[in-house]
Amino acid sequence: MSLIGELLIVILVLLGALFCGLGAFGLVRLPDVYLRSHAATKSATLGVLCVLTGAFLFFYFYIDIVSIKLLLAIVFVFITSPVAGHLNGRSAYRSGVPLWKGSVQDDLKPVLEKNETKENDSQYK
Amino acid sequence: MIPILLNISLTILALAMLACLYRLIQGPTRSDRIAALDTIGINLLAVVAVLSMRQKTEDYFEIVLVIGILTFIGTTALARYIERDTVMEHGGDKLDR
Repeated sequence: MSLIGELLIVILVLLGALFCGLGAFGLVRLPDVYLRSHAATKSATLGVLCVLTGAFLFFYFYIDIVSIKLLLAIVFVFITSPVAGHLNGRSAYRSGVPLWKGSVQDDLKPVLEKNETKENDSQYK
Repeated sequence: MIPILLNISLTILALAMLACLYRLIQGPTRSDRIAALDTIGINLLAVVAVLSMRQKTEDYFEIVLVIGILTFIGTTALARYIERDTVMEHGGDKLDR
């Protein structure tokens, strides 16, 4: 039982740290705001979730503490980190940061243009 | 086994935060810098969790919660500022009209 718990904690914490490192690597290497935000948000969320779950199991197995604060932190990070990434990407697009030259699809552009023409029409009628 | 692993994890997280720091200084646009700051905050949360495991104390969990909340609020406010040049719209102007 103790060995299984220790192995589980080791795997979770090491995997989480590796995911965090991978996200930072993507943040340095990728060419564009949107691709960088993708790498940073997803891998950092998963990595931190793994580390926090490992900490929760550690305190549960070794010190006999069921930490509600840590559970709350896990749920909070799981909800808010993708939201923050999405907000950052949207603000980057609306403030006119260009896409990478190798990007093949831009689904938001026709929608925004349609909204703009509709607003202009309603303004002049 | 576990203390060695915690040291290795701390090293990896420190390297990840260094990489984010490079992007924070280098980043061509403001949105790059915001993404780097957000990632630094999230990694700091993981560092505090690993430290609390290493010192076998549960006193750091409040810090984990506060860092998570502050990172989210900071990223939201900075993204709003970039998008529309203010963080909060002035509500008092409607009353004046």
